[in-house]
Amino acid sequence: MKIAISAPSKNPADPVDSRFGRCSFFAVVDADQEKWEFIPNPGASSGGGAGIQAAQELVKRGVRAVITGRVGPNAAAVLQAAGIKLYTAGGKSVQEAYRQFLNNELAPLTGANAMPHAGIRGR
Amino acid sequence: MLIAVASGKGGTGKTTVAVSLALALAGSEKVQYLDCDVEEPNGHLFLKPRLETKEPVTVPVPKVDQSRCTFCGRCAEICAYHALAVLAGSVLTFPELCHSCGGCWYFCPEKALTPAAREIGWREEGWATERIAFTHGRLNVGVAISPPLIQAVKERRLSGAAAIIDAPPGTSCPAIKAVEGSDFCLLVTEPTPFGLHDLELAAEMVRALGIKSGIVVNRSDGRDQEVEEFSRKYGLPILLRIPLDRQVAAAYARGLPLLAARPQWREDFLALWEKCKKVACH
Repeated sequence: MKIAISAPSKNPADPVDSRFGRCSFFAVVDADQEKWEFIPNPGASSGGGAGIQAAQELVKRGVRAVITGRVGPNAAAVLQAAGIKLYTAGGKSVQEAYRQFLNNELAPLTGANAMPHAGIRGR
Repeated sequence: MLIAVASGKGGTGKTTVAVSLALALAGSEKVQYLDCDVEEPNGHLFLKPRLETKEPVTVPVPKVDQSRCTFCGRCAEICAYHALAVLAGSVLTFPELCHSCGGCWYFCPEKALTPAAREIGWREEGWATERIAFTHGRLNVGVAISPPLIQAVKERRLSGAAAIIDAPPGTSCPAIKAVEGSDFCLLVTEPTPFGLHDLELAAEMVRALGIKSGIVVNRSDGRDQEVEEFSRKYGLPILLRIPLDRQVAAAYARGLPLLAARPQWREDFLALWEKCKKVACH
């Protein structure tokens, strides 16, 4: 099973990026093989529809769970339609969030928890 | 003759100038008023037209035939605005992000996508004071893409009429859509730092579009020193100054045009039209 975590850099010790559509990288972890890979988020530099673009990329890579901070309505619609589970891990490091996910300690998200374009602020 | 009334900053007096021009000219010419500020049209508040027709304006957006779709993902790949997402067994569309380029249904190898109409607003038409042909657009609440509606308003231009476009503020796509193709552009500003800052942006926009332009200073303090300096530096003439006038403001607040409060200024607006014509035809 593949898990994606929104990240500000390629360093697992950095905190989870609170933005889903506009984060710089996703840590994509193959949980069965403990294999880590950092991929650039194509939505980071998108002119619009960033969340949709980010979600589409994760769908294409076969991700089954996403750990992030906040997700907008369009991205949530794509992730949910694809059956991808959503979890929040604000303030934790990428590594710690992954560990808590494996221990079933993360709070699941049932839908969007951010307004459209929320991730553009504070850039 | 088609004159656009634009400004970088909002609230400088575009509608005041456009309405005054229309009313001043209506005595002697066939006049047309095209309110292209479709997000907040307000020319009708002052011209009080009798609206006779109301038509929906639509744009084409993709409709998916899920039975033909093989979920190849081609449409989502080529969509520059991410208005489609393709999953293993379904396609999601986001019509509010679609710019109606038609790429998705053109490139779909299975012909599973077809254009479907999405209503973005309304075009209304009628007459003001029997002599002014009036057209405006009203964008639906929540719609972010106004240029197709602005286009629909401009398509109603009558040949041979003195046409005035009330443009939306700013310098982005809606303002450009409203101003492009006009013979002359009046840039309305006010003697404030904000007014000047956005005047410069608007002047850059019309220059890039290759449209001749001139400045109208609204709520003039009589000196307008910074606008004067800008005018000299940029080589853009100040064609009219409208004084800061309590009576005009009071009339405006009651929904009455400037010329109702100051009928003697009619000549100034006729002179303004002639100046625009002279520069445009030069």
